[in-house]
Amino acid sequence: MNHTATALPPKRRRWSEEAIRGGLLVCALLSIATTIGIIAVLASETYSFFKHIPLFEFLFGTRWTPLLEPKSFGVLPLINGTFLVVVGAALVAIPVGLTAAIYLSEYAPDRVRSILKPTLEVLAGIPTVVYGYFALTFVTPLLQLIIPSTQVFNAASASVVVGIMILPMVASLCDDALRAVPHSLRQGAYALGATSFETTTRVVVPAALSGVMASFVLAVSRAMGETMAVTLAAGASPKMTLNVLESIQTMTAYIVQISLGDTPAGTIEYQTIFTVGSLLFAITLVMNVIANRVLRRFREVYE
Amino acid sequence: MVTPSPQPTARAADAAGSPTIIQAHDLSISYGTAPAIRNLSLEISENRITSIIGPSGCGKSTLIRAFNRMNDFIPNVRMEGVIEYRGANLYGPGVDPVDVRLRIGMVFQKPNPFPKSIFKNVSWGPSINGHRSDVDGLVEESLRRAALWDEVKDRLRDSALGLSGGQQQRLCIARALAMQPDVILMDEPCSALDPVSTSRIEDLLFELKKQYTIVIVTHNMQQAARVSDFTAFLDAGKLIEFGDTETLFTRPKEKRTGDYVMGRFG
Amino acid sequence: MAHPAKAGALGARRRWAALFVATCRLFTWLAVVLLGVLILHVTREGIGWLDGGFLSSYPSRFAEKAGIKSALFGTLWLTSLTALFSIPVGVAAAIYLEEFGGRGKLSAFIDINIANLAGVPSIVYGILGLAIFVRWFSLQRSVLAGALTMSLLILPVIIMSSREAIRAVPHSIRQAALALGATPWQTVRYHVLPAALPGILTGLILALSRAIGETAPLIMIGALTYVAFVPSGPMDAFTALPIQIFNWASRPQAEFHQLAAAGIVVLLAVLLIMNAAAIIIRHRSQRDRAW
Repeated sequence: MNHTATALPPKRRRWSEEAIRGGLLVCALLSIATTIGIIAVLASETYSFFKHIPLFEFLFGTRWTPLLEPKSFGVLPLINGTFLVVVGAALVAIPVGLTAAIYLSEYAPDRVRSILKPTLEVLAGIPTVVYGYFALTFVTPLLQLIIPSTQVFNAASASVVVGIMILPMVASLCDDALRAVPHSLRQGAYALGATSFETTTRVVVPAALSGVMASFVLAVSRAMGETMAVTLAAGASPKMTLNVLESIQTMTAYIVQISLGDTPAGTIEYQTIFTVGSLLFAITLVMNVIANRVLRRFREVYE
Repeated sequence: MVTPSPQPTARAADAAGSPTIIQAHDLSISYGTAPAIRNLSLEISENRITSIIGPSGCGKSTLIRAFNRMNDFIPNVRMEGVIEYRGANLYGPGVDPVDVRLRIGMVFQKPNPFPKSIFKNVSWGPSINGHRSDVDGLVEESLRRAALWDEVKDRLRDSALGLSGGQQQRLCIARALAMQPDVILMDEPCSALDPVSTSRIEDLLFELKKQYTIVIVTHNMQQAARVSDFTAFLDAGKLIEFGDTETLFTRPKEKRTGDYVMGRFG
Repeated sequence: MAHPAKAGALGARRRWAALFVATCRLFTWLAVVLLGVLILHVTREGIGWLDGGFLSSYPSRFAEKAGIKSALFGTLWLTSLTALFSIPVGVAAAIYLEEFGGRGKLSAFIDINIANLAGVPSIVYGILGLAIFVRWFSLQRSVLAGALTMSLLILPVIIMSSREAIRAVPHSIRQAALALGATPWQTVRYHVLPAALPGILTGLILALSRAIGETAPLIMIGALTYVAFVPSGPMDAFTALPIQIFNWASRPQAEFHQLAAAGIVVLLAVLLIMNAAAIIIRHRSQRDRAW
């Protein structure tokens, strides 16, 4: 194997190297195949659906009774239900998550941080069905104690629990955003005599604003896609209402309900799975793309 | 005193008549639009130590990385001109860069042993090239040649990361020697080491040149003066002067060379 | 030179600052309290039903006789098959993107793709699995269909965490290997991958523990909610821990709610073990490495 004074041999193709590289590429391309698959599957059944039901009726109708006569396919009640749960969850998660992030990144001593950060990670790792159970067996009875008119299935319990679920996400992303703000900005404010409150609220958070807002959007998108907690706790009654103590139905809960039933493939009821799924996918995709782009630009500014 | 010729010729008169082993013709290398080497021509003589000196950013590292085709891994690098190794075009269409690196080895500025045992560090290169017979012997011989054997012979299975900086660098030299190369490129091999380790490695080089050709990049002029037979002085990507070390340091032909070795800049 | 007016204003500002910090601290500890309440509630409800019989019985109409044996085995089958598919593909994709992909348009596109896929709701993956694996591939409601669906779900997570682990390996090691005449794949196989392995493993365990807790996609592909047998092959029907919990929690009777709590305790215990393993791996690997 002595390479001293030997001439360069002619190049030979390394087939194994190229084959391995090819295999790795195929695996990477699978992700694109998945996206294409999702879009194709959703689009084709949705297209069939809209051959029977006009788009206008779907998007703006206020009665959703695909399984009961007379059938009606207005999706607004489902959007209403999702909206109630998501707004409620945001009301829980955003203030708590943001202040937790502020506390963790600006004030908390390391010892406290080492307890709190893992706690948040654990909260994030708890399966959603557990949260659904918690909503049904703890939050709802609690609410009924405070406000007796609360129904057994209601939007509020689900909201609270979904809020707890997305709280770690808000806290973690906001924490990242706040930490990305350069120290020099804070020190400049302190040097001018600002208190910690003023520095945080008037200098740091505004500087991190786009990152913070993007984290809110991502958390809301996650709340929209949440399924098990709302299925167990929010109910199966699609209706137009603003009363969070009533039973409602979200888009995701509807999809679950239909799947648990015996709907034959090819029927229009079966196609509603894909139509509602498309709507859900489209909304969350738009939110995620915008939020991710904002986050990427935010990181570029500070790094 | 100084009449700069447009292309300083890089042929040095050598009393022992050592043949040329690597030759660069009119070499230009740029990263994207930024030029790193301009119209450089140079000859490296066999079994000699050639040092490449020059201020920061003059292209020294780019130059030796071109000799073992390590620049291939940098995106958007462009090269013009020819580098020949024993008469063959190093970048010819029929040449496998892996074969190049088997013959032209490299030691880096910061010691970078693998996070494995001392033994595995030295034996890995030969083993992936199909070398199966007497691995133990090869490892021992390489460590001896790198003047490291006595210090590690009882702990070959220990992690290489437990060695001191100077020892790690000698391990990296042993690792390169195990491939039985023709040429060894060294990119500022002592700049991260203490003076004692540095002088040990410098002593090593005198021994190694009997069997190998060595090209060493250094920003330490005293080192270049001590160690090398020939010296090339680069500035801003251009070869300013090339010649045998003693002449270049004591009676340089170019003013700029003189300024640099006197420490007036760089 | 005293400015009494200013001194007063500063006092008020300081009080606001203190109030603010106190509120922040309160809200943050609220998260800890919530976690504690949740775990306490679940344990209290379910502990009465946790015994050997629970773990070894099948579900039943009668709460006293019901157990999660079929769900436990179903989860075991499902997770094993999911690991079988998702780990090689995910790690391979990560290796390609980090080591061979370069910075071209294709790699950037795959990048954005994966980031988006990570944010798609899990139920959409269930819909995808239903259409492709259950119907088009005719796998029906088998463990295989479930595993393939779950694999697609956790693939983006695996790819992202594996890439980070690979990226953390110092460049100098790659340079050393390449300079010795190794091909890029040899460099990856013998040096980059072994060095990145602890990080990759940690990410894999976390991704799989996420898969264990997912319910919605399994419902979509038809995992049954009343299964009184253990799967014996990948084409068998199955149930899983979260599905069983969901089934029991959906029933009106209080005993079934308590059974659900017991099931949750088992599920959380499984997840706890997995996460502990991940943390141990991470700690031990950080001990003996150079970076």
